[in-house]
Amino acid sequence: MRVWPIYKKELRLYFSTPLAWAILFTFMLVMGFFFNLYFRFYTQMSMQMAMNPGMGRDLSVIENVIRPLFSGLLSVILFLSLMPAITMRLFSEEFKNGTLELLLTYPVSDTAIVVGKFLGGLSLYLAMLISTLAFPAMIWYFTPLEWGALASAYLGLLIMGAAFLAVGMFVSSLTENQIIAALGTFTLLIILWAIGWGAEAVTGPTGDVLRHLSVSEHLDNFMKGVIESRDVVYFLDLTVVFLVLSLLSLQRRRWKG
Amino acid sequence: MIEVQNLTKRYGAFTAIRDVSFSVAPGEIVGFLGPNGAGKSTTMRILSCFMPASGGTAKVAGYDVFRESMEVRRRIGYLPENVPLYNDMRVAPYLDFVAEAKGVPRSARKRRIAEVMDRCLITDMQNRLIRNLSKGYRQRVGLAQAIVSDPHVLVLDEPTIGLDPRQITEVRSLIKSLAGEHTVILSTHILPEVSMVCTGVVIINRGEIVAQGPIDRLVEEFFPTARVAVEMAGPRAAVLDGVRGITGVVRVDAVAADGDGPTRFMVESARGRDVRGEIFQLAAQQKWNLLELRPVGMTLEEVFMRIVAGEESEAAVGASPLPAAAPVDGAEPAP
Repeated sequence: MRVWPIYKKELRLYFSTPLAWAILFTFMLVMGFFFNLYFRFYTQMSMQMAMNPGMGRDLSVIENVIRPLFSGLLSVILFLSLMPAITMRLFSEEFKNGTLELLLTYPVSDTAIVVGKFLGGLSLYLAMLISTLAFPAMIWYFTPLEWGALASAYLGLLIMGAAFLAVGMFVSSLTENQIIAALGTFTLLIILWAIGWGAEAVTGPTGDVLRHLSVSEHLDNFMKGVIESRDVVYFLDLTVVFLVLSLLSLQRRRWKG
Repeated sequence: MIEVQNLTKRYGAFTAIRDVSFSVAPGEIVGFLGPNGAGKSTTMRILSCFMPASGGTAKVAGYDVFRESMEVRRRIGYLPENVPLYNDMRVAPYLDFVAEAKGVPRSARKRRIAEVMDRCLITDMQNRLIRNLSKGYRQRVGLAQAIVSDPHVLVLDEPTIGLDPRQITEVRSLIKSLAGEHTVILSTHILPEVSMVCTGVVIINRGEIVAQGPIDRLVEEFFPTARVAVEMAGPRAAVLDGVRGITGVVRVDAVAADGDGPTRFMVESARGRDVRGEIFQLAAQQKWNLLELRPVGMTLEEVFMRIVAGEESEAAVGASPLPAAAPVDGAEPAP
């Protein structure tokens, strides 16, 4: 499978246009602002606690800074809106410019094309995550960190991102319009995120299914520092299902001509 | 090198090509000729493994384009009609991507890309963004990506469309220089291009092959007569009757009757029979001034017009109840 050249091409296209830089810049700016907010709040709290030593014992940095920073509502909105920006061009751009016609005549399998594109998007996402390592580093400068819980949070973010990117790539493979691809992805991700919220109202097995389908439930465990196999499997399943759907969509387009 | 048998492609209810069969020998340059919407691009897209056919088979270098698609793709270079390139890439990195995707080994890649850029005259443009290239340079980058892996077979869809006359000449000579080592099939609707570049021709109209073979043979086949253009000063009716009387003359057509001026007409005679001497004798006998006596070669254009016109009148006789089914310009669906 010739994934490597496709992957390299995707990265080159991301970083030779302002798109990747704009995404990175937006992400770092907003995350920096959130971090500032949460960390200041945390220091204030810890100062109050310092006057009352009995209460300070449970004041965890992970719980009060890292967790809201990555899975608070505002951050979720940021993630859900930047993901479509990463994935919208993956296929739509090739359809629009007609470059797919050439790509599909190269001795590269359709699977390699899908995987290469996916890894390209994942790398950009990884760059975003790496840029946030500055925050735990800053915390660590002032106070000890629970590394295990931090690693768990990042693992959760990584595989959640992979699933989101697969969803976005699939939507991009349905249309040659990048804006429609982005809007469609955003909508689908919001539904995936919030599907569990309705579960409160539904009792019985239906409620359990809804809760299990919801992204927020699964991510929350990682944020608490708990890595459970069913959460890992959930995100990996989601990723694989949408990668396969993207492949089928690409092949359908080939048959349509 | 290319063998196409009974190839058919349907888009829903619309049949783009029907029972297309032809073959191209190794080292040949074949022109694929037809009006817009005749099915040229469809055929080439199937040959290049971009899309599967609805029926029939096509083999390139001995491999089936559907069942052994990867083998075919390794041996083919394709240039689609509108030259789709990644606008946000620079020329040299783009060619590097194509070479790598086509499996040119790392050790040979750099040298091969330099060679190809040199051959396509784009070495000066290697650091330019593709979006900033002129149409002519885009076309050459497109050709460069087609030949970068040194494929056995080249499929070029309208390689000279939209170029200025000088660029057209350059691209043509480039394609010509590829003959021998590569087998080339190129589509066009410009007839002189075929006579200039190609050794053979396949003519397609309304999705069906209407003629194929070497150019000279097609001309003979469709024009069994030789023609001579004549301009003679003399009484019109007498001149025409006199010429008609010459043995071997099949047909005489007056070109234009411009009042009292000299009579201009076209004489058709059986091929291999030269009637020019007799025409001269006639003029000398009657003391008519012979102003012009010129053999007229048949052009591919006339072959094409004759075939396509013939097809169309046949179609009209066949009284199509569905006139909307006729392929019109732009009827080819986008991929």
